[in-house]
Amino acid sequence: MNFSELLILSWKAIVINKLRSFLTTLGVIIGVFSIILLVSIGSGLQGYITKEISSLGPNIIDVLPGNSLATAFGPGSSNKLILQDARNLKTRLISTAEVSPISETATNAKYKNILDKNIYVIGTTSNYPKTVISMKLAQGIFFTLGQEQSGSKVTVIGYTMYTKFFDKERAIGKKIFLGNQTYTVVGVAEKTGITLGVDHDNVAYVPIVVMHSQFGIDSITEIAVNANSESLVPVVKKQIKDTLLKRLTTDDFSIQTGDTLATTISNITNMLSLALGGIAAISLLVGGIGVANIMLVSVTERTKEIGLRKALGAKRSDILKQFLLEAVILSIGGGIIGIIFGLAASFTLSKFFVSQVTLWSVLLAFCFSAAVGIVFGMAPAIRASKLSPIEALRYE
Amino acid sequence: MKTTDDIIKMVDITKIYDSLDVKTVALSDIDLVVKRGDFIAITGRSGSGKSTLMHIIGLLDNPTSGKYVLNGTDVSKLAEDELAFQRNKEIGFVFQQFNLLPRSTAVENVILPAIYAGVGSKERTEKAVELLTELGLEDHLNKKPNQMSGGQQQRVTIARALMNDPELILADEPTGNLDIKSGDDVMKTLKALNKEGKTIVLITHEHDIAAQAKKIWHLEDGRLINKP
Ligand SMILES: Nc1ncnc2c1ncn2[C@@H]1O[C@H](COP(=O)(O)OP(=O)(O)O)[C@@H](O)[C@H]1O
Ligand SMILES: [Mg+2]
Repeated sequence: MNFSELLILSWKAIVINKLRSFLTTLGVIIGVFSIILLVSIGSGLQGYITKEISSLGPNIIDVLPGNSLATAFGPGSSNKLILQDARNLKTRLISTAEVSPISETATNAKYKNILDKNIYVIGTTSNYPKTVISMKLAQGIFFTLGQEQSGSKVTVIGYTMYTKFFDKERAIGKKIFLGNQTYTVVGVAEKTGITLGVDHDNVAYVPIVVMHSQFGIDSITEIAVNANSESLVPVVKKQIKDTLLKRLTTDDFSIQTGDTLATTISNITNMLSLALGGIAAISLLVGGIGVANIMLVSVTERTKEIGLRKALGAKRSDILKQFLLEAVILSIGGGIIGIIFGLAASFTLSKFFVSQVTLWSVLLAFCFSAAVGIVFGMAPAIRASKLSPIEALRYE
Repeated sequence: MKTTDDIIKMVDITKIYDSLDVKTVALSDIDLVVKRGDFIAITGRSGSGKSTLMHIIGLLDNPTSGKYVLNGTDVSKLAEDELAFQRNKEIGFVFQQFNLLPRSTAVENVILPAIYAGVGSKERTEKAVELLTELGLEDHLNKKPNQMSGGQQQRVTIARALMNDPELILADEPTGNLDIKSGDDVMKTLKALNKEGKTIVLITHEHDIAAQAKKIWHLEDGRLINKP
């Protein structure tokens, strides 16, 4: 028998029992679907984070508490960075560098009878817009050095807060509650948007000293440094390190620049992609066992057909090829359906979450499903090919 | 053409079924010669060894010992795939249970032996249509087995047996599942084929069916007895 004849034969056997064939492939469909979708989410996440980091600009240096990204984000890391460290940096670094300490906490905010229980309060210094250049004001001004030094309760609110509390009316000069204290609004920040479910505009910037005394905080979550020139970044990094080591040990802080941060995060998300793909691959394996199972049932059911074909001259290899091809068509078919649905789901998801289809995951899923067909179709096909024609003909 | 006149030449064929505790001698010391163009019947009571002999003649099973030459080829010690090749080339089977593929049409069933012989698609379909037409089934070419009567199904089986032009037709109780009229038709067809030169081996337990053959052999407890 030549290949096209075998193909027709296997195809006929598949369409004769459409429902069962579909159920057989369901496991493969789900497995391939999950591979495509989960890998897409993994690489989407990676692409997103990389983009976010590079948008900070190449001149930004971040000083974080703890000795690595993991301990900085992890629970229970003791935070030893304090405001004095930022002050020390300001005096020791080359004069062109901007240094802004940043503290964050969540609290409630109130204006007239409108209440928001989950506002992010960011304490920083008046030079913040010069350090973090992506910060732009829609109305008013950022609080001034004078206001900061006199301990004025002034705030710059994010765009979400602005629309919620003032319904796009004039906000400058109005007094709002942050926690149990009143603050005068001096500026409104431009909209930056929602990413990964976090609204970066539901925030209020206040002078860091005021914030620390109100909320009883003395550590800081980050010191942002803008070297203001890419070529100065290594020098500034060295100066930061030397300065901080006078008071702290190397375990107490880490210095991240755009590219080192990107590398670290891309390692993490790569691992995430692999882990997600691995989980999906297991489900594909389960799908393969489903194919083997149904093929074995099919061989038993078709014992008589196999015996007849052998009696009429079919060789072992003819029967083997027929059943193997059937399993491979089933699993490749399932693979193709899974790829189509996986691509559709990835594209849909990319509209409101991060998701990015990668060619390698599609190819991998396809090859994997073909391999599943061969591996799990082999045992049933061998069993079929070994049936003795008499036994098979006698079978009822 | 083969040099020998013997289609079947069996010498001392024995078949012993050896299961765990019992040893069944199904056939012992069978010597059987069937000449080209002959029409023989093999009869016997149930359990006498008819099916076993038919499986060995039909190359569906190997004898335990003895020599079997089929149309000039010693087939006693052939491997499975070589037996498949010889079966496909030399023998046309007509079964009691018809053994048609239930989801395939008459034509699709008839072409099966040609598929495994590697005959091209167009050629084999033409041949199948020709055979089915000769057997009066020209209106049933694309019918499935369950859309045909028993007699019609058995004629599809005969067409299938003739597909690769074998010299030997092996019929195992071909009338067993048929009414008298259809059974008669099948016997007429077999006799006509014999006239055209086919060698026919018919296995049956019915005496009036066996009587229509040119020669009758009788099996008793695995031994072949000539009953002229
Ligand atoms: N596969 C087998 N295993 C063991 N014994 C068998 C097998 N097939 C047939 N026999 C035995 O061989 C003898 C002949 O059986 P069989 O050829 O089927 O006779 P018949 O077809 O004339 O009824 C019987 O005793 C039967 O029980
Ligand atoms: Mg029998």
